[in-house]
Amino acid sequence: MNISIEINGKKYEAQHRETILEVLNRNGIKVPTLCHMKGFIPSGACRICVVEIEGSSKLISSCSYPVSEGMKILTHSPRVIEARKTIVELLLSNHPDDCLYCVRNTNCELQNLAKEYHVIERRIFGSKNNFKTDFSSVSIVRNPNKCILCGRCVRVCEEIMGVSCIEYTYRGSKTCIGTTLQKGLNTSSCVNCGQCIMVCPTGALSEKNQTLAIKEVLGQKNKTVVVQYAPAISVSIAEAFGLEAGKDINGILNAALRKIGFDYVFDTSFAADLTIMEESAELIERIKHNKNLPMFTSCCPAWIKFAEEYAPEFLPNISTCKSPQQMMGAIIKSFFAKKKNISPEQIFSVSIMPCTAKKFEAQRETMSHNGISDVDLVITTRELIELIRVYGINMNQLEPEMTDTPFGIRSTAGKIFATSGGVTEAAIRTLYKELTNTELQKFKINEVRGFEGRKEMKLNINGKEIGIAVVSGLKNAAELITEIKNGRNDIHFIEIMSCPGGCIAGGGQIIGSSKNDIELRMKSLYHIDETENLKLSHKNPEVSELYSCFLEKPLSHKSHELLHTKYEKRDVLL
Amino acid sequence: MKTKIDEILEKYENIERDSLIPLLQEIQESQGYISEEAIVKTGKKLQIPTSKIYGVATFYNQFRFEPIGKYHIQVCRGTACHVLGSATVLQELESILKIKAGQTTRDGLFSIEVVACIGACGLAPVISINGEFFANVTSEKIREIINNYRSKEINHE
Repeated sequence: MNISIEINGKKYEAQHRETILEVLNRNGIKVPTLCHMKGFIPSGACRICVVEIEGSSKLISSCSYPVSEGMKILTHSPRVIEARKTIVELLLSNHPDDCLYCVRNTNCELQNLAKEYHVIERRIFGSKNNFKTDFSSVSIVRNPNKCILCGRCVRVCEEIMGVSCIEYTYRGSKTCIGTTLQKGLNTSSCVNCGQCIMVCPTGALSEKNQTLAIKEVLGQKNKTVVVQYAPAISVSIAEAFGLEAGKDINGILNAALRKIGFDYVFDTSFAADLTIMEESAELIERIKHNKNLPMFTSCCPAWIKFAEEYAPEFLPNISTCKSPQQMMGAIIKSFFAKKKNISPEQIFSVSIMPCTAKKFEAQRETMSHNGISDVDLVITTRELIELIRVYGINMNQLEPEMTDTPFGIRSTAGKIFATSGGVTEAAIRTLYKELTNTELQKFKINEVRGFEGRKEMKLNINGKEIGIAVVSGLKNAAELITEIKNGRNDIHFIEIMSCPGGCIAGGGQIIGSSKNDIELRMKSLYHIDETENLKLSHKNPEVSELYSCFLEKPLSHKSHELLHTKYEKRDVLL
Repeated sequence: MKTKIDEILEKYENIERDSLIPLLQEIQESQGYISEEAIVKTGKKLQIPTSKIYGVATFYNQFRFEPIGKYHIQVCRGTACHVLGSATVLQELESILKIKAGQTTRDGLFSIEVVACIGACGLAPVISINGEFFANVTSEKIREIINNYRSKEINHE
């Protein structure tokens, strides 16, 4: 099976059917790529990865060409380097050239290549595109003028998410990535997950940036600005400030947010504990009455929109619980407001999420109470990093601080919400207690941990078998739903996270993090779970307090009013 | 209510995605254009996302996505017409009507289509409006032709 090839005059071993690029990567030989995405079938569209092969007059794109016995490859011959430079120049020939005014300035693959290949003058003049920027979505901004047509967004949308809301249109000299009939993203089937932004090499796709609105509201004297941050945030931002990737900087984050000027700082993990209380109670009810099973989780807003579009018949199966972000927002503007004697109108509630779909979720009509939104503004991890920089905060010099009361304590069960399987693990811990009145012997549930797209397990409680499935990547969710439609009925609880691996790999996270960085985030979360004592949502004293003096009990009238929601079939161009 | 598009789609029982283009052609033949309804229903029938259908259809010049106007203008871009300046004619037409080829004016009066060769090279550059040919058109002539149609509309109403 082994093939021997020669790269730049040196012998290497390769496997049959391996592509040249795979061999190069394995041996630490770097050639640039643009359209290539690991794990996807190569498209060979951009040609930047070309190499020279002895005996072939043409340059070959290494990402799509398989190795063969005795192949002699040159990866950095003068001809190859010249060709790559020309490709970069051609890509730039119709580019807007507005790097200084671009969201991706200093973090752009095209810009990096231009620098690497020493493109310092314009040799090729192409006519500029004049496409309209699509501002219609509350989550994602799409500027096709900056697009280099690598197709990564199209493929992620189709192959990972199973959504396919964007596609190459008008193929030819006027090719443009677009939606059906060039309508706005807001009326397309886009679920706002933001994975397209994560793979975009340029500034063609970005989140709808709200940092300006934050700066404005922080300057207003008559507003109490409250902020909450998602469980994923504290383990995701360290790498942006030169700290080791995945490091949990919870305390420093609290301090930084106060320094920026937020009046109260909360960790959404508290609301995750609250979600577990409501969601497990709901599941017990459903199992008891054998109604609306399997129950799907409702934490992920991209999944919710996906279900409203593609699987409306399953809407009754989705937990009616609002997501932790919305639960937190709701109790901030009710319980917290009352406690602090501030009117809800005076509170401006900000949330920091690893997610672009949360921006969409916050403005759903049902996510408000008496005409006041639960959450007023959502920013992503990237926007938070921007704020920390613009307010001149040195993360290395801050002393860790606590979050504010009354929601200052979280369990580690709430914290691990940030990873695929976390919600399930947290739910099982509480579910077990509720059903057996004893605690689990072993809290660590390995079956639901890790990056696999689908994880399944059977849980035996009191002789009753409860089937559990954990899914990340919406395409995997669609497959599971098809199985259920075809009669599969051994599952009771299904956790769905749209982004592969969960929120730690969300569409609002730092662009360009490696797979390893994301793994470190997951490791960090499980380390927190391993080392801290409070591992159970139902043991969170502040959650108990909230129930005893405000919400009464899970699924109470008050809970339903504030913490639960409903979903509707959505009519979009599928 | 059953539409014309439903009727077309119902004719085919076991139809697969490779029939997309003939199906779109048939719909355009019947409707004059590919409507949103057509894209959605074809997508459902063939199990293809609408974006993919739109992606395929926009590759071909023959498909249009707006109904044709009351006066459908075909601009010949064949070789003979090209040599004698059909590019300028098209440009002028687009600027007079404020639409691009493939579009229809908001009042629904005019639509432009670019065709490869009308087969009247002796009359180049030539355009055809609802089947009526106009020979040796120039920028000035095209303005006059459009004005004539416009005043015809006003006088009729």
